Amino acid sequence: MRSRGRGLGYAVAVVALLTFFLGPFVWQVLTSLWPDDQLGRALPRSLTVGAYASVLGGRPFVRWIANSLAVAAATTALCLLIGTAAGFALAKLEFRGRRLLLGAALAISMFPPIATVSPLYLALRAVGLRDQLAGLVPPYATFALPMTLWILSSFFRQLPDELYQAARVDGCTPLLAFRKVLLPLAAPGLFTTAILVFIFSWNEFLYALTFLSSPEKRTVPVALSLLAGEHKEPWPEIAAASVVATLPLVALTILFQRRIVSGLTAGAVKG
Amino acid sequence: MSRGAPSRGGSLAAERRQAYLLVAPAVAVLAAVALYPIGAALWLSLHRHIVVFHERSFLGFANYRFLLADARFWSALGHTAYFTVVAVSAELALGLPLALILHEARRGRGLLRALVLIPWAIPTVVAAKLWAWLLNPSYGLINRLLGGADINWLGHPVLALHTAIVVDAWKTTPFVAILLLAGLQGIPEDIYRAARVDGASSFRIFRSITLPLLRPALALALLFRTLDALRVFDAIYVLTEGGPANTTETLSLYAYKTLMRAGDFGYGATLSVVTFLCVALAAAALVRGLGRGWEEAR
Amino acid sequence: MARLSLEGVRKVYRSGVVAVHEVTLEVADGEFVAIVGPSGCGKSTTLALIAGLEQPTSGHIRIDGQPVEDRSPRERDIAMVFQSYALYPHMNVRRNLAFPLEVAGLAREVIAERVRETAALLGLEGLYERRPRELSGGQRQRVALGRALVRRPKVFLFDEPLSNLDAALRTEMRGEIKKLHERLAATFIYVTHDQAEAMTLSDRVVVMHEGKVQQVAPPREVYEAPANRFVAGFFGTPRINLVPPSTLGIERADGLEVGVRPEQVAIGRGGPPESALAAQVYLVEPTGAETWVTVALGQARLTARAPSDFVPRSGEAVWIQVDARHLHWFDAGTGRRVSAPPSP
Repeated sequence: MRSRGRGLGYAVAVVALLTFFLGPFVWQVLTSLWPDDQLGRALPRSLTVGAYASVLGGRPFVRWIANSLAVAAATTALCLLIGTAAGFALAKLEFRGRRLLLGAALAISMFPPIATVSPLYLALRAVGLRDQLAGLVPPYATFALPMTLWILSSFFRQLPDELYQAARVDGCTPLLAFRKVLLPLAAPGLFTTAILVFIFSWNEFLYALTFLSSPEKRTVPVALSLLAGEHKEPWPEIAAASVVATLPLVALTILFQRRIVSGLTAGAVKG
Repeated sequence: MSRGAPSRGGSLAAERRQAYLLVAPAVAVLAAVALYPIGAALWLSLHRHIVVFHERSFLGFANYRFLLADARFWSALGHTAYFTVVAVSAELALGLPLALILHEARRGRGLLRALVLIPWAIPTVVAAKLWAWLLNPSYGLINRLLGGADINWLGHPVLALHTAIVVDAWKTTPFVAILLLAGLQGIPEDIYRAARVDGASSFRIFRSITLPLLRPALALALLFRTLDALRVFDAIYVLTEGGPANTTETLSLYAYKTLMRAGDFGYGATLSVVTFLCVALAAAALVRGLGRGWEEAR
Repeated sequence: MARLSLEGVRKVYRSGVVAVHEVTLEVADGEFVAIVGPSGCGKSTTLALIAGLEQPTSGHIRIDGQPVEDRSPRERDIAMVFQSYALYPHMNVRRNLAFPLEVAGLAREVIAERVRETAALLGLEGLYERRPRELSGGQRQRVALGRALVRRPKVFLFDEPLSNLDAALRTEMRGEIKKLHERLAATFIYVTHDQAEAMTLSDRVVVMHEGKVQQVAPPREVYEAPANRFVAGFFGTPRINLVPPSTLGIERADGLEVGVRPEQVAIGRGGPPESALAAQVYLVEPTGAETWVTVALGQARLTARAPSDFVPRSGEAVWIQVDARHLHWFDAGTGRRVSAPPSP
């Protein structure tokens, strides 16, 4: 009888939590289908996709998504490129300054973005990368690269030491052992890192707001924040835009939930 | 210190140098995009630099003296501190039950975790807009549920700051829960079984076994979330832009406005540097204070 | 096949821990040397130093007279079989076997020939396409052996290769490794914590404890003339009895400790023979082939190996007798072996 009461309490808790965490989202979807003229009512009498039509047709929405996609993809590619070998070295090789590097990476990811905004702004302007999508990638590395290093070094550490040693004894240099033996086994870790870096890059706001000014270069978060109507805020349109903008993220989360969780806790559990 | 090994020649030493080659690109990038800007910001903060007028002059520590007397700075600091304390407490208080529930889940565990992670995965801007709509004075669901109340959530200083706290908690509690869940999963089942056999009640088990063993995870969540909360920008910017009348303005927001709205890069840099120092101090204090608890629990 | 020598090899870690204290050892070409000791004694570190996976803090390592302590593993011409086999999980058996040869850049035909040869030697044909996770423990062991064999190195290193196998398989594989050594006549360095393995497989045993070499000798000598108390206690099951001489009625032997192996302790009921000692049964353990009886004698306890039909009850009075010719004498302080004191 105790387990049944527990089961009920548990079910109630789950429902309450789901309501709190998903409720706003569900409400947003409903709002996006809400006809403009019925906003005064408690619930809409009919549903319309007018907001979606307006969002996708009227504004350069696809453009914004393409921008976010480009920046997120570029950041992910860059971080994987320079972070993978470094993650391996941090995990499996002995060298001076190893702990320092990991600590520095962690510290850097803790910097308040506002602290680096001013010099970065001036520097980007100096090299002509201000108001350029490519100019966002270096600042994004501030949080994306440390994350990459932490997740991948943790991941490589989980691969048995003896595998690396066997490769060495079989005649490999450290680099060769990395390429032929450890890297193929690191694919899941790379995938996890890519997902997390992508999500964080997509959601980034401050740098995108500060360094880009042309309307057609805006990324999705910035564009959504500046969505304003002529007189009052077009709530159904904002809702529609939100839904469309976050649909890929929701899909990513549901599909790769396990990887996301393992990535988030990778450095943490080893602490 | 092991002597001899690094200074010898031979292929073994050459291979050891390969390690430096592998980490060099990462170190270079981090130095360029993180270390250099911090140094540069420090340098900037010692100047008066108005970008638009191309005006630039060295001031020494005048900016810092000004900051100490700047009432708006102290308000911003106060708002930030209050935001941090309340938000992080809420997130830990909510995250732990959430983690426990996720831990208990049998069927649909994966789906549950995914659904709960959605708030974390979406941009803060979207989250802020979501709640802004829910709290809309005229059409918002919350006001309707309160029987047609006419509360202007974002227009009232106290309410606005707490709204920002709710948005932050809504978005990041899942992250806290995930960290705590990892901690829970690290506790061996056998310990619970032994406690049951010893006759402990569920509450007793939670208090004497689960909570102490969760200390490292709790400490980690506390550290990460505190540092994140001190840096808050996105949510406040979108919800209130620091208003009404700077009553929800946080450090990052004040610095941003000084830099981008007023174009005052000198003082803006000063504010940025001070914000950085606050975060660094908090980090150091937490690491020291929690470090003890961490080592005990290991 | 080659000579291996370690001269004053010492390994100190950055934390200050001394893992290996000045080890000096000469291994002849084709010899099977076992390095034994309890966990933490430094045997695995020593093997890693020989392999080049770690670098010694001081001292020299030579293979065929050439100093190799500065050389990476790939330049030492050694092969190693790991405790967990360390087979490459993303490669099938064929590629696992071929990998070292591919890295060395040998011609494709040579590789194929050697792989085929080695697989035939170890009975691995038919498993070529399988991945490691599809193999049984014994099969994985063979593939690990094959990967070492395929290179025809100068020295073979084994790091507790049988520890992960169950008892029956372990005995079987032990025999195979011994046969392999006979067949190849190669230099084998074999690390294990199992004293039975060391005894049955090796030409010489190196006993290590807390980073120091205790004794280097053929198995028989290590068993019959242990250099110190530790070595005496490490070999032999049940453990050697170490007691103060007064327990056995031997006087005027201060500062000494005496050891006697259980199989040298005669035990019986009833009327005691001359020079036997009275004792009380403390513990009886029938093993099937014999009975191990532990008796209390004064303050001490001794274990004797008795025939399987001798099964006394706990607390029963018995007599025991030891032959003075089979006693081992140790300094009670240092534990080192000393000669027997003059008889009274």
